[in-house]
Amino acid sequence: MTAFPFSRRALLAAGLAGGALAASSRVLAVPALGSQRLLVVFLRGAYDAANIVVPVSSDFYYAARPTIAIARPDPANPKAALPLDGDWGLHPALAESLYPLWQKRQLAFVPFAGTDDMSRSHFETQDTIELGQPLAGSRDYRSGFLGRLAATVAGCHPIAFSNQVPIAFHSASLQVPNLAVNTVTKPSFDARQQKLIEAMYATPTAQALAPQVAVTEGFSVREDAYGALQDEMAKASRGAINPRGFEAQARRIAALMLDRFNLAFLDVGGWDTHTNQGAADGALANRIGDLGRGLAAFAEASGPQWTNTTVIVISEFGRTFRENGNKGTDHGHGSTYWVLGGNVRGGRMVGPQVRVSADTLNQQRDFPVLTDYRAMLGGIFARLYGLSARQVAAVFPEMPPVDLGLV
Amino acid sequence: MRRSLLGQNLAALALALVARPALAEDKPSPDFDLALVNRLTWGATSAEVQRMRAMGAEAWLQAELHPPASERLPPAAQAMVDALPMRGQSTVALVRDFREQVTAAKAAQATMSPPGQGVASDGPAAPNPMQAGPLGAAATPPAPTPQDVRRDFLGEALKQDQTRLILRALYSPNQLREQLTAFWLNHFNVYTDKAEIRLFVRDYEDQAIRPHALGRFRDLLEATLRSPAMLQYLDNAQNAKGRINENYAREIMELHTMGVGSGYTQKDVQELARILTGVGIVNPERPERPSPTNPAAIRDGMFAFYPGRHDMGDKVFLGHVIKGSGYDEVRQALDILCAQPATARHVSRQLAQYFVADNPPPALIERMAARWAQSGGDIAAVLDLLFHSPEFQASLSRPLLKDPQHFVLSAVRMAYDDRLIANTQPIVNWLNRLGQPFYGHLTPDGYPLERTAWNGPGQIEQRFEIAQAIGNGSAGLFKGEAPSSAPRQAFPVLQGALYYGGLDKQLSPATRTALDQAASPQEWNILFLASPDFMGR
Repeated sequence: MTAFPFSRRALLAAGLAGGALAASSRVLAVPALGSQRLLVVFLRGAYDAANIVVPVSSDFYYAARPTIAIARPDPANPKAALPLDGDWGLHPALAESLYPLWQKRQLAFVPFAGTDDMSRSHFETQDTIELGQPLAGSRDYRSGFLGRLAATVAGCHPIAFSNQVPIAFHSASLQVPNLAVNTVTKPSFDARQQKLIEAMYATPTAQALAPQVAVTEGFSVREDAYGALQDEMAKASRGAINPRGFEAQARRIAALMLDRFNLAFLDVGGWDTHTNQGAADGALANRIGDLGRGLAAFAEASGPQWTNTTVIVISEFGRTFRENGNKGTDHGHGSTYWVLGGNVRGGRMVGPQVRVSADTLNQQRDFPVLTDYRAMLGGIFARLYGLSARQVAAVFPEMPPVDLGLV
Repeated sequence: MRRSLLGQNLAALALALVARPALAEDKPSPDFDLALVNRLTWGATSAEVQRMRAMGAEAWLQAELHPPASERLPPAAQAMVDALPMRGQSTVALVRDFREQVTAAKAAQATMSPPGQGVASDGPAAPNPMQAGPLGAAATPPAPTPQDVRRDFLGEALKQDQTRLILRALYSPNQLREQLTAFWLNHFNVYTDKAEIRLFVRDYEDQAIRPHALGRFRDLLEATLRSPAMLQYLDNAQNAKGRINENYAREIMELHTMGVGSGYTQKDVQELARILTGVGIVNPERPERPSPTNPAAIRDGMFAFYPGRHDMGDKVFLGHVIKGSGYDEVRQALDILCAQPATARHVSRQLAQYFVADNPPPALIERMAARWAQSGGDIAAVLDLLFHSPEFQASLSRPLLKDPQHFVLSAVRMAYDDRLIANTQPIVNWLNRLGQPFYGHLTPDGYPLERTAWNGPGQIEQRFEIAQAIGNGSAGLFKGEAPSSAPRQAFPVLQGALYYGGLDKQLSPATRTALDQAASPQEWNILFLASPDFMGR
């Protein structure tokens, strides 16, 4: 924890909110974080994986998507997929942003990835993923998989870059802060006022509404963020960079992860393309283009830290393999996850695959799931943080990790 | 026979005292009237508490459950709503106007002179219907692009929609109905950044949601189904025979009625999608469709049923055979959905989450579901049972965390009571910052009802910032107000009638101690609005 200047948060994270320096048993037994930084990006709404990481060797793909398919790789055609390997191609909207990372072997894709949740409900399946608990049995909404990871690895400085603390970061033992990076302005309470407000939240009735630790953490994160982003904003103005939208957000996140936070969650919405999703151009192309530019900006703004950084991009499920009657796609099953970073063994399609054809579809409808999200994430966490099998099981109960050699 | 609230209240209090001894340092004796008004309204005001005390709890509750059909605000507030420029236009006219302006801007762009020679002689697009709209104001070059026209027109529409909803929440005498309107708008969420939905939400709120907010659920459900806002949002406007789109069919079952995991299958989703083929929206540019001479066609404002796009085959939905017959299939399907016990439980549970607790007692939900079945899904009857339940009465001494909408609106109501604000924009901005703007939730599940969604560190800190803005000054709420004879205070006085009329006795000692250290009346306001005592409802 000494690598981080913000001891108050470290104490809070260790469950020592009172400030008393009792040794926590957790701190003694757990692996150290080292300098690893991890960002989990959740594409809410189920992005159409088959049109972003495209099964270009499949004739069935072109038959099933007569109006929205992405053309086979062709250097003469700017609207064609970019070659990944013999079977797969990348959406051309990512040509300038993520394709260079693939070529540098810092980006891998895991096709046929997802959950065992067949509800095809966005909200149900998002919860399933964020909870990371076995599907059978009752759900404990106080415990998300990133919350459990943060409690398992010492020196974690977790944060959610979202309006709300996501279920993934729910935790019975720590209060993970959230921060909407686009709204950071100068903090307006002085130390005396902060103390007065914090004191009001000491009673049981008050804590039932909002935990006192959340109040304390809220003030502290706000000040940290303002400090970090002042630098970032000054740098940006010197460099005359004026990014917009998600790219601006991603640069701020990179700045906050330089030395303040090292385990982050971000969600990006707007992927539920039931109608007119477009192909090489159009709604989905614009959306994925924004995402790609944002992730590339994050990589660039991370500077030398990029070599210790892993970004994992997930989504609740894939979409129907065949396009629907409205040039869109409906709720499906298997998705394709992305893993990128300076420490990633990329430039590869990773994990088990099947030939993409009508007879290999799940329920004649969508991609099957051959890699469980928990097995994949557990494998990555084990590698990054040196977790034992028992520790991985604490993060993902009843799901042994699979080491795909991603990091 | 209905027992009186007051009698039950005493019983519930006695029960609470036995079961859960009050903590002397933490729990002052609950003020039942104040807690009830706080729970059922957008925040207690001195006037509302007085009204309730004058009527008696039971009569007040019955008046809230059975408000008059017409919605009238106090005259000055009603005048503000009536003055909203788009108010006088029918939605069909509004849509036509919007599309014409975009088309005109496209034409103007196509014929535009080369740069440096000014605007084409035919000038800017047709006059904007919104007198205060940016187009009407900006008569200088360069001519607006189609994107500008689109953004400005739809932006103005949303602004007016939010203003109207906020004014009603703040000043409506039928507070429970306004809360239920927000509840159902969230239950049947639509997102206004999609397509032209901003032009449709006025009717959605006024015609589909509010009139049925305390009526029959079956009517409410069909009213939302016949709303262009919903049909555009969940893509059913494009669901046709041979071009199936199952988006809306799934969400009707998952979110609007039965709830996920309640027993329906993927096949039921697909069958309902077939039943819903042809349920769509009128295209003002093609008034000949659906054909008025086709007896199976329906046209009702912007709603249309297109028999030619409907799959006339038979369907099997939730075990019932539905013969292909046209729109009547939709009515049958809605009847089936509303009669499902799963629907009664799913919706009752959400109502109980809104009014009782994050995890409402299952026994209460069962009794609500029974009342639902017995009353044919009468929302007021189900709520009547809820409000008379011992679970509800006991919950009055365990405040629910206000969500951002409740927090902001109750703060403004407390700060200014029935003194009409002139500008709703600060409220819109605060709700944006807190992540709960009206009409601003992307996905059809609506905003979460659970407390844990709203009490993260970032959330809470933002609330304190907003408490500061409201407590410190007028915060822009009176910007644009005509000069009046009454002198305006520079900041609100929260230590007013409501405070001294009972609220002061409810404060926890910890809050009292902090308030005693306030260095100024403004700081007192800020600390009060930031206190846990104010965060609960």
